[in-house]
Amino acid sequence: MTIKELQDNIIEEFSLFDDWMDKYNLLIDLGKELPVINPKFKVKDFLIEGCQSKVWLHPEYDGKLITFTADSDAIITRGIVALLIKVLSNRTPDEIIATDLYFIDKIGLRQNLSPTRSNGLLSMVRQMKLYAIAFNAKNK
Amino acid sequence: MKDIAEIRADFPILKRKVYNKPLVYFDNGATTQKPQCVIDAVDEVYESYNGNIHRGVHFLSDMSSEAYEDAREKVMSFINTEKREEVVFTSGTTGSINGIAFSFGERYIKKGDEIILSRLEHHANIVPWQMMCERKGAVLRVIPINDKGEIILEEYYNLLSKKTRLVSVTHASNALGTVLPIKEIIDAAHSVNVPVLIDGAQGIQHGIVDVKTMDCDFYVFSGHKIYGPAGIGVLYGKEKWLSELPPFQGGGDMVDKVTFEKTTYNELPFKFEAGTMNYPAAIGLASALNYVLSIGRENIASREQELLSYATGRLSAIEGLKIYGTSDRKISTISFHLKDIHQYDAGMILDKMGIAVRTGTHCAQPVMDRYGIDGTVRASLCFYNTKEEIDILSDGIEKVKSMFA
Repeated sequence: MTIKELQDNIIEEFSLFDDWMDKYNLLIDLGKELPVINPKFKVKDFLIEGCQSKVWLHPEYDGKLITFTADSDAIITRGIVALLIKVLSNRTPDEIIATDLYFIDKIGLRQNLSPTRSNGLLSMVRQMKLYAIAFNAKNK
Repeated sequence: MKDIAEIRADFPILKRKVYNKPLVYFDNGATTQKPQCVIDAVDEVYESYNGNIHRGVHFLSDMSSEAYEDAREKVMSFINTEKREEVVFTSGTTGSINGIAFSFGERYIKKGDEIILSRLEHHANIVPWQMMCERKGAVLRVIPINDKGEIILEEYYNLLSKKTRLVSVTHASNALGTVLPIKEIIDAAHSVNVPVLIDGAQGIQHGIVDVKTMDCDFYVFSGHKIYGPAGIGVLYGKEKWLSELPPFQGGGDMVDKVTFEKTTYNELPFKFEAGTMNYPAAIGLASALNYVLSIGRENIASREQELLSYATGRLSAIEGLKIYGTSDRKISTISFHLKDIHQYDAGMILDKMGIAVRTGTHCAQPVMDRYGIDGTVRASLCFYNTKEEIDILSDGIEKVKSMFA
């Protein structure tokens, strides 16, 4: 699936629910599906600053694609990371850098998260893009 | 005393809904809501007599200046001092403590001197002292707490020494709700001629604060936590201290060079009020204090203790819920943790039910470290809250538990 198709799928999935509680239940379920991160990466080097809960994000680059694994101590946050990974993992650095993550606004995540939380979400996105930029730079 | 329906009607925001649910506002420790009279008082400044204070000779400036000085008098009577010189307006508790930490450090602190704080302090009563200590080569000493979240007085007595220059402690813990034994702390410090600053950010709104009886050397608080506007705070200081301390803004040496109508800089309390003060907020604060007096501080205290006891009972009954801060002497603040549920997850779901609580470390990381936790959910109640709202919170927590089970 393309990144666009994946984002549109997420938007459709969330549009099934009007009630915020249902949307959060969906996030909780998504959090449970998050690929397990190797415990050795749950260290300060892979911790993302700017979140009220802890988020660890680890990139693996095979020369072509970047694969992300992550974890959080809060389940809702884990759900949000899971969404990001669904869209951005197993992509080339160029794809990741170029992606406009419009689904975040469309499913109402940005507006309904507190500013600090919103920053946490933005920090995650920024970190994923920074890894992509760094891997890209190594190729040049 | 007004009944609860009348009280709630005084606060327009309490009528609103969030996410189509009635607002349950349990974040009063962070900021309190404002009664209509406070909103009106601030509006009135801008609508009918706005002019910069102490500056102009014109009608509006005079009127604003008078209202601002009346506000100071209101604060004076509220905390029980007759001296105008002893009440300085600041931007808030943080501004007050930063100011005193700077000035006190400049005036009195030498290398090796010690400042005593407690483990219960908000970051606002830690960091300014740390900054000063770094500058002056002084040392912070910390009064430990027991499992109930109370300071250990014996340890405090042991910390007092020839090196102690100042004790700065909170009136009540913002994170746990514990009320500190202020009188004992002050008496012991005074017995060795050490002054005491009380951080009243969580104290002033919950009962009667009488600086004369308390005999503290400094008492600081924020307007927005006692139903007044944001951006205004109070620094009470005994005249003997304030007259000796250098200004913390503008700089002592610069004062003489100022050629505007600023000779007042040299006099208390104006020497600590550099620049245009937030006079509309000060005027709003006076209105808030009047409102508090109209309800009655004893009434507020007893109503809040009743809510605290009801909430403690309801929440304690929830399986897997642990309350942090179990002293017999508490303000109406309850900090808790749900077994296996991150405080952020709990807070997000409670929010969607219209319940405003705070989650995290509450700007008091040393307190969290003491218990080996990385945060709690905090419900901070005040007199306009109700038992029905506590029931809503209790049901909400059960719902949170079922969602994350």
